[in-house]
Amino acid sequence: APTVRAQYGGRHTVTLMAGDGVGPELMGHVKQVFRYAGVPVDFEEIRLDREHNDSEAFRQALLAVKRNGTALKGSVETGIDSPTGSLNAQLRTELDLFASVIKVQSIPGVQTRHDNIDVVIIRENTEGEYSNLEHENVPGVVESLKIITAAKSTRIARYAFNYAVEHGRKKVTAVHKANIMKLGDGLFLECCRKVSEEFPQIEFESMIIDNCSMQMVSRPQQFDVMVLPNLYGNIVGNIAAGLTGGQGVVPGMNIGENYAIFESGTRNSGRSIAGKDIANPAAMLLASADLLEHIGLKSHSELIRDAVIKVIVEDKIHTPDLGGQATTVQVVQAVIGHVREKTKQ
Amino acid sequence: TLCRRYSSQDARTVTLIPGDGIGPEISAAVQQIFSAAQVPISWEAVDVTPVKGPDGKFRIPPKAIESMNKNKLGLKGPLATPIGKGHPSLNLALRKEFSLYANVRPCKSVEGYETVYKDVDLVTIRENTEGEYSGIEHIIVDGVVQSIKLITEQASRRVAEFAFEYAKLNGRDMVTAVHKANIMRMSDGLFLKCCRAAAEKHKDIKFNEMYLDTVCLNMVQDPSQFDVLVMPNLYGDILSDLCAGLIGGLGVTPSGNIGENGAAIFESVHGTAPDIAGQDKANPTALLLSAVMMLRHMGLTEHARKIEKACFETIREGNVRTADLGGSSKCSEYTQEICRKVEAMD
Ligand SMILES: Nc1ncnc2c1ncn2[C@@H]1O[C@H](COP(=O)(O)OP(=O)(O)OP(=O)(O)O)[C@@H](O)[C@H]1O
Ligand SMILES: Nc1ncnc2c1ncn2[C@@H]1O[C@H](COP(=O)(O)OP(=O)(O)OP(=O)(O)O)[C@@H](O)[C@H]1O
Ligand SMILES: [Mg+2]
Ligand SMILES: [Mg+2]
Repeated sequence: APTVRAQYGGRHTVTLMAGDGVGPELMGHVKQVFRYAGVPVDFEEIRLDREHNDSEAFRQALLAVKRNGTALKGSVETGIDSPTGSLNAQLRTELDLFASVIKVQSIPGVQTRHDNIDVVIIRENTEGEYSNLEHENVPGVVESLKIITAAKSTRIARYAFNYAVEHGRKKVTAVHKANIMKLGDGLFLECCRKVSEEFPQIEFESMIIDNCSMQMVSRPQQFDVMVLPNLYGNIVGNIAAGLTGGQGVVPGMNIGENYAIFESGTRNSGRSIAGKDIANPAAMLLASADLLEHIGLKSHSELIRDAVIKVIVEDKIHTPDLGGQATTVQVVQAVIGHVREKTKQ
Repeated sequence: TLCRRYSSQDARTVTLIPGDGIGPEISAAVQQIFSAAQVPISWEAVDVTPVKGPDGKFRIPPKAIESMNKNKLGLKGPLATPIGKGHPSLNLALRKEFSLYANVRPCKSVEGYETVYKDVDLVTIRENTEGEYSGIEHIIVDGVVQSIKLITEQASRRVAEFAFEYAKLNGRDMVTAVHKANIMRMSDGLFLKCCRAAAEKHKDIKFNEMYLDTVCLNMVQDPSQFDVLVMPNLYGDILSDLCAGLIGGLGVTPSGNIGENGAAIFESVHGTAPDIAGQDKANPTALLLSAVMMLRHMGLTEHARKIEKACFETIREGNVRTADLGGSSKCSEYTQEICRKVEAMD
C-alpha cells in the first residue's frame, strides 16, 4: 500500500530529478501532459546530474525523496573515472529501494522479431554485484565483492511471489548461476525456493542465467514473472526491452518499504539523442503513470497510460526508435489530444 | 605469436577426444569429411574418462595429457559431467591443464535454418580463467555470502590482445569491449583499460566499448552491428549463449578454447544427447564447424572454406538434413552428402 504523505489541498508533491541526456526534455513533456490531464501533483525539482553531482546535491536529492516519498527520475551520467561511482545506484541503496520492477510487453503495431511477450522482471536492486566493494590487492589484481544475503534474497523473492498473486500471474522463474557461484547464487536460489513453498498456487521454476538468455531470444513467451539478483536483472531486463521496443518504451520502478522512484526501465540517459526532439517520450510518460497509480491517483494514471498506448498502437505515431518519423513533440501532442478528448467528456 | 601458421604440406597430428553419448558418431562424421577433403591431418584418439590416481583422486588419464602436450591441438566432442560423482567438471580440468584462456564462439546465421534472426555474423571472445569463476566464496556470517570476482591485468591483457589478433587473422574490422565499469569501476575498469591498451597497438582494427546491458539490448534488436566482442568470463558465458540462441541454439554453434603456447581445443558446446546416442540421428554440424575453426587456426584456410561451404550448402538445399533441423536424414546420410560436395569441388 502506498505510504500516506502530507497533501496540501488534496495535492501531492513529487520529487522531479531530470538527470542528464534526454531527461530534461522528457520531464518538460511529462509536466505538460500532467497539466492537460489535470493531475493534482506539484513537482519539487531537484538537480542531480553531471553538473550537480557533489555530496550536497546528492544529500538534497535524498532528502527530497524522503520528504515526498516518490520521485520521477532521469538517469544521471557518471563517468567511469568519476570518484563518486554511480549516483543512480547509490540513491537506490540509500533509500533501500530493494525491488526494481520492469514490465515488458509486446506492443501491437511495433515491428519486432517476437510477438506475445509479457514478462515482469523483478530484480534485487541493492546488493549483489552493485555492492561497490572493490580493492586492488597488488597492482594489476582487483577483487570485486558480490554480496548476497538471505534477508534481501528472501525479501525480493517474497515481493515477486506477492506480485504474481496480486497481478494474476501463474509462474515465477528464479534466475541464477548457482552451478558456479554455489554459495552466493546458491543462497539466492535457496531463498526463492523456500518462499515458493508459501505460494503453492504459483508455479516455481529456476533457470541458469546463460540458458535463460538463450531462451529469452528463442522462446520469450515462456516467461511470466522473473526474479533475479541485481546484475542478471540488468541483463535480462535489457534483453526483454530489446525484444519489444527498446529504451524508449519500457518504464521501470524502484520500490522500497517507504519510498519509490520511477524512471525508464533500461535507465539510459540517451545522451547521444538529447536535444534533437527524437527521443521516444513513451517510457517516461508510462513511468509517470505508474507513479500516479502508486500514489493513489488511479484515474489520472489510466488517462495518461491509455493515451500513450493509443498513440503508439492505434495512431501509430512513432519516433525513429520505433521505425517512424515523428518528433517527440508530435507524439506528445497526440497524447495530449487523447487526454483532452477524454477530459472534455 | 598466438596462432601458428602451418604449411599444408606437413601432416599434423591432432588429438581427438570423441566424448560421450553422441560424441563418437559425430566425431566419426568429422573424420570422414576431413578424409574426403584430404585435410593433411592425422588423428590421435584418446579417452579422457577420469582415472583414479595413487592419491585416490580422479583425474584425466596421463595418456590424454601426453597426447595434447605433444600435439597442442585437440578436437573434442561432448563430455558427460556426472553430478556428484567425485570428480570435478572435465571441461574445467582440461581448461586448467592447458591454460585455455580464451573461449571463442563464432555465431553466423545458418542459411536455410530459419530463426527470427537472419543477419548474425559475429564472434564472442570470453576470458576463460578468472572473473566470477575464481571459485572464491565465503560465508561471512550466517545468511551473508561474499563471492569474489577476480580480474587481473595479465589475464585481461592476454585476452584483449588475442581479440585483436583474432580479428586481424580472420578479416574482421571491429572489436567491441563489453563491460560494466560504470558499476564495477575497478575490476571492469581494469579490464577495459587493458582493452584500450590493446586497441592502441592495433589501430587498423576499429575499437568500441559498450556496457553489457546496452550490448544485450542492441544485440537482440540488431545483431548485424556487432563483429568481434571481447569480455570477462561471466559476461562471455551469458552473451555467447544468447548469441547462439540467435542462430538457432547450441546444435549449430562451434567453439574454440585458445591456450598458452599455441595450444587449443575446439569443441561442440552442445551436450551428449543420450536420448538419441547410437541411433545415427545426431547432427554433427557443431563439431564439424568447430573442426573448421581449428583448420583456420592452423592456417589451413582453403580446406576450411571448402568444408564449411559444403556443410552450409547441404543445409540450405534442405534435401538432406537431420531431424533437429527439420529433416529426416540420418547422421551418416548428411555426412555422405557433405563428403560428396567436398569431393566434387576441385
Ligand atoms: N558518462 C556516461 N556517458 C554516457 N552514458 C552514460 C554515462 N554514465 C552513465 N551512462 C548511461 O546511463 C546508464 C545508467 O548509468 P548507471 O551507471 O548509474 O547505471 P544504473 O542506473 O545503476 O543502471 P543499470 O545498472 O541498470 O545499468 C548507463 O548504463 C549508461 O547507459
Ligand atoms: N527515450 C528514448 N527514446 C529513444 N531512444 C532512446 C531513449 N533513451 C535512450 N535511447 C536509445 O538508447 C541508446 C543508449 O542510451 P545511453 O544513454 O546508454 O547512451 P547514449 O549516450 O545516448 O548513446 P551511445 O550509446 O551512442 O553512447 C541511445 O543512443 C538511444 O538510441
Ligand atoms: Mg544501464
Ligand atoms: Mg554457459
